[in-house]
Amino acid sequence: MRGINDLKPTSNPIKRAYLYLEEWFNLSFGEKWNPLYHLGPLTFFFFWIALVTGLYLFIFFDTTVSGAHASLEVIINEQFYIGRIMRGLHRYASDAAVATIFLHIFREFSQDRYRGIRWYSWFTGIPNLWLVGLLGITGYWMVWDELALFIAIGSSKLMDALPIFSDSMARNFMPGNLGGRFSTLLAFLHLLGLPMFLIFMLWFHVRRLSKVEISAPKGLAIGALLALTVLSLVVPALSHAPANLSKVPTVLHPDWFYLNIYPLAKDWPAGQVWLLVGGITVLMMFMPWLPKKKTGAVAVVDLNHCNGCGQCADDCPFDAITVQARTDGAKWKNEVVVAPQLCAACGICTGSCPSSNPFRKTSDDGLLKTGIDMPGLPLDQFKRQTDEALAKLEGDIKIMAFGCDNSYDVETLSAPNVAAIRFFCIGMMPASLVEYALKNGADGVFISGCRHGDCYYRFGNHWMDMRIHGERKPALRARVDRSRIRIFGAADTDGKKLKKEFQAFCDSLASQPPPTGAPHTTAQAEEARHD
Amino acid sequence: MTSPLRYLLQALNFAVFMAIIGYFSANPAVRNLEEGLAQVTLAIGHAGQPVRPCRERTAEELAALPPNMRQPMDCPRERSPVIVRLIMDGKPILDMTVNPPGAFKDQGIDIYRSIPIPAGKHHFVAKLKDSVREKDFNYVGEKVVDLAPADLLFIDFHAQMGGFLFK
Ligand code: HEM
Repeated sequence: MRGINDLKPTSNPIKRAYLYLEEWFNLSFGEKWNPLYHLGPLTFFFFWIALVTGLYLFIFFDTTVSGAHASLEVIINEQFYIGRIMRGLHRYASDAAVATIFLHIFREFSQDRYRGIRWYSWFTGIPNLWLVGLLGITGYWMVWDELALFIAIGSSKLMDALPIFSDSMARNFMPGNLGGRFSTLLAFLHLLGLPMFLIFMLWFHVRRLSKVEISAPKGLAIGALLALTVLSLVVPALSHAPANLSKVPTVLHPDWFYLNIYPLAKDWPAGQVWLLVGGITVLMMFMPWLPKKKTGAVAVVDLNHCNGCGQCADDCPFDAITVQARTDGAKWKNEVVVAPQLCAACGICTGSCPSSNPFRKTSDDGLLKTGIDMPGLPLDQFKRQTDEALAKLEGDIKIMAFGCDNSYDVETLSAPNVAAIRFFCIGMMPASLVEYALKNGADGVFISGCRHGDCYYRFGNHWMDMRIHGERKPALRARVDRSRIRIFGAADTDGKKLKKEFQAFCDSLASQPPPTGAPHTTAQAEEARHD
Repeated sequence: MTSPLRYLLQALNFAVFMAIIGYFSANPAVRNLEEGLAQVTLAIGHAGQPVRPCRERTAEELAALPPNMRQPMDCPRERSPVIVRLIMDGKPILDMTVNPPGAFKDQGIDIYRSIPIPAGKHHFVAKLKDSVREKDFNYVGEKVVDLAPADLLFIDFHAQMGGFLFK
């Protein structure tokens, strides 16, 4: 109905593949525990396991070149199963972190959550990829077994190709040398330098997001820890034979999560390996602008209608709104300001604003105003669209459907008795609009949006859901008949399910007596406003 | 869905995840050196000699220079390419000419080459020529070694120590 559709994403195969995977996990874990909804926190959790088990290993580990391998053998063989579990957890949790990081990248990329204002999160994610990679490499290097020697020589070849050091590094690893020149540096990097730097960079990574989830859901965390423990016992994490500089390692079992470039570095000239790795890094860095995402006009505050309550600031998923002292001399204490460079133009703030109320009187210029509005689809415009749509509805059961630009298109439900309006995000829909539709001719309101548990704009459908259920301000009034409202989130691939749910909703409405809703009065409008 | 079935599905998912982790944490294996082979590694870090001989500056020439640049010897910046040849049992297994890097061709060269060879007893001759003014290789080293499979013969080079060092 809005007519502009340039923001609507097309359904590409990568996106669909992701959505099917997500659906499978929803089936297995439910929305609450779906690992794909908690990839960041899951990665943190794996880091935690690595940290705790790493501290354990460090107690017994000898960081010198001559003692490292033997000390690990002691941990593995002479500590009942504890050492085995600890080392296994350390290795496998680190591997699992790489797996979840890649799923995280896959998710953000496939769902187009890496461009626009999200360039920042994407861009600051990339250094972490390097840091995690280096953590793994230094970890395997410290073991000083044949694999470590292979890594040492491979790394040396790569480093020697860079015009940084005048001395060849590879020559350190020759018979007679201990190869120990790096062991202190390695221990420092692996035990302290890299982890600290990683924590710092991760802080940067999530800095522009609000309400970042750091801890994975308990059930998921317990499941993962259990699974990793079983794996540690079934497939013990072992070393190769001790490094011997007079020997050439013949067959190696590299950890492909971390050491994937070394088999390549063996056969490729170092320059080409750098070109590949550097090329991928640079390409990833520029991806948010290849091509750039068109973001709509950012939210605009109208102080005449803002009392500075700060609900929008609390709801904004990208920390783009701040509350500050009033500047216009009005009787309120505070006001809000939008940082345009942080605003994703999702419109969730419009849905958060208690002034976004279709029952309110229009201003002198005949427009319905609110405290924070979206120039691309102002409150006045979608209220009028709702009016027009309601006026045109015909049939026994009239339904108003609301949806968003990033999920299954609710406009496909349009029929003589069904009208649909899409918002930028379903969180943009004021809860009072639902009541308004029910009072002005709709027998039922069907609300869609992204899948439950997931939202293109992080929290939009969650806030909407809470507002409709009276759990978050500005809430839908308690007296509104909830049986005439159906919420069903649906991704691009959920068309069938959505239609089925919609049909079920129609059937349930058909079995109900007609609503008693009468056209609203000014008194009702006032009441709604103060709700 | 009933929760026992859901837990079963979760266990299945974790099993698949762990199988992937367990497998790729050490597989597929990589063969670094074919069976029955040994390896010779040649590592050379060396700067070629100047392309022209250095010349002693005359007193007048020195006086004409700014005080901080009064070097008694006048040497060309450009260095000679380094030619390296490694011969095993009479056959060359490595033959390379490395030009000095740098815009003025004035920097040292670095060679690090590993060559797999059949295990067994071999006669190695390593040669290096680092000056365009020399007619023949000015550094030569040789050694007979008996290498078991997976043994490494490391050939290092230090001009100050007389050239090639077999380790
Ligand atoms: C190294 C490990 C990483 C960890 C632990 C991590 C963790 C997180 C966390 C916790 C969030 C916030 C999610 C939320 O609460 O909605 C996030 C967001 C994000 N991450 Fe990462 N991340 C990592 C690496 C990466 C990498 C390598 C990339 C891509 C190159 C990336 C891209 C993103 C993007 C685009 C977002 C924004 C999502 C949104 O705005 O909804 N991350 N990450």
